[in-house]
Amino acid sequence: MNRLILPLFTLVALVVSSIGSEVVAQDHGHEDHTEGSDHEHVDHDTTEGHDHADHADHADHADHADHAEFKAGDFIIHHIADAHDIHLFGDVHIPLPVILYIEGQGLKMFMSSALEGHGHGDRHYHSPEGVHYTMYAEDVIGENGESIATAGSISASVDNQNLSVWDVSITKSVFGMLLILSIMIWVFGSIASQYKKNPGTAPKGMANALEPLILFIRDEIAKPSIGAKADKFMPFLLTSFFFIFFCNLLGLVPFLGGFNITGTIGVTIVLATLVFLLTNLNGNKHYWGHIMWPPGVPLPVKFILVPIEVFGIIMKPAVLMIRLTANISAGHIIILAFSSLIFIFGNGGEAIGAGSGMGVFSTLFMIFMYGLELLVAFLQAFVFTLLAAIYFGDATHEPAHH
Amino acid sequence: MGALLTPAFGTVFWASIAFLVVLMLLRRFAWGPILQALSDREETIASALDEAKKVRQEMADLADSNESQLKEARAERDRMLREAREMVDKMISDAKGKAREEADKEVAAAKDAIALERKSAIAELKAEVGILSLEIAERLLREKLQSSDEQQALVNRLIDESPLN
Repeated sequence: MNRLILPLFTLVALVVSSIGSEVVAQDHGHEDHTEGSDHEHVDHDTTEGHDHADHADHADHADHADHAEFKAGDFIIHHIADAHDIHLFGDVHIPLPVILYIEGQGLKMFMSSALEGHGHGDRHYHSPEGVHYTMYAEDVIGENGESIATAGSISASVDNQNLSVWDVSITKSVFGMLLILSIMIWVFGSIASQYKKNPGTAPKGMANALEPLILFIRDEIAKPSIGAKADKFMPFLLTSFFFIFFCNLLGLVPFLGGFNITGTIGVTIVLATLVFLLTNLNGNKHYWGHIMWPPGVPLPVKFILVPIEVFGIIMKPAVLMIRLTANISAGHIIILAFSSLIFIFGNGGEAIGAGSGMGVFSTLFMIFMYGLELLVAFLQAFVFTLLAAIYFGDATHEPAHH
Repeated sequence: MGALLTPAFGTVFWASIAFLVVLMLLRRFAWGPILQALSDREETIASALDEAKKVRQEMADLADSNESQLKEARAERDRMLREAREMVDKMISDAKGKAREEADKEVAAAKDAIALERKSAIAELKAEVGILSLEIAERLLREKLQSSDEQQALVNRLIDESPLN
């Protein structure tokens, strides 16, 4: 019985995540329509709510129906961008540690809840040591159009003197990533011990649920693409596949702050860099020969082909990075866009009928999108792993001809 | 938008460290044992299948040989039965023949004995008859030749009858 629970739990989680989207959408819809305040919603979602201290002030603003305009773009970008805390719903945030290395001040750490002013532009924190921290709500553009700070970044100053800051905070994406990696260690560690304890028997429970995927990666991805040297790359392929797959799934779980780990370019660039390094460090004479002196083409063509091939060395992993980030972000954007449509049609609570009608349509469409996203969650993990395997295969294949 | 497309230093920092650490840990403690266990199990299954095939072949061979042994045994039994029956027949017929021969022989011996007895009886009878005839003739002669006339008459007649003249 116990062995059944985990696969079952996974299934339930998947079902709940697809149904959850509906609930989220309807929740938002009802809340806003009954209160007749679009502004309320904007503050909830675009600027992460507000403190209790500011609640009264906020309520005053809400009285002006035409005060705030719902900006779907900001709302969506805010949700898919990385953040310093996890926004569950309404005013509920899980604070995360902010870790900064500040020039002349050393390593500083405080919880993101110390930054005051949720939902009211830039957030500030005066540390007891006299350092003033500012978290920007929006991109700051200098007079000459240069970017001074991006939205969500934190700066530090002492006596109005800006200090250079290296931000190594445990942000939402970093937290999600660490969570997934810990889960992976636990899951695969226990699977491994199960295999060790019962050698040669049929897998049970978690091992049974994940073994087909492991075999799929070995037999359908690694072996056909890489061939004899597949075993060497199996740990990377398996780790990256399950990491991407689990991160994608975590991003689809509602009420968990909408993790967008694999849609964060800082995460995918690391994966792509590892693919780049593994490909080129394992490249054999044949691989480099094809890049530096492509065989079987006339001399003038070689001069065109060589720069393309050299560029391709970087381009191939870069494409992996962009594809993964874009696909996962796009899935989130579509779902958020359809929730936004409800409020755009609702027109700040003035067109409740239109908003409700759109709510029904959006909800149905989002259920469909969630189904599609579950497929994409697997597909992108598969595509990343497959292409990485093909690049490894290209780099290590022994010449069959020429 | 800038935040979306620019890799954040902190994210890259943590991602590199965490991913590499987990990759190393999993390679050492999870993927190695798991992949090893999977390939071991595959080998076990493959060899078990081979074994099963071999055993099935052996079983088939055994069944074949059983069949042929059974057939042989049956043939042997039939042959033995036939031989026994033949032997019995032969014994019976031999016995019959011998008995008949014996009987024939005894009958022949009896016949011989009978014939011998008859012959000796006839011979005895002949001797008796001869003696009797001689006695009769002697008596007759004695009666007849009591007178000399009659002796003379006999001599004359004998002379007359003789072919000397």
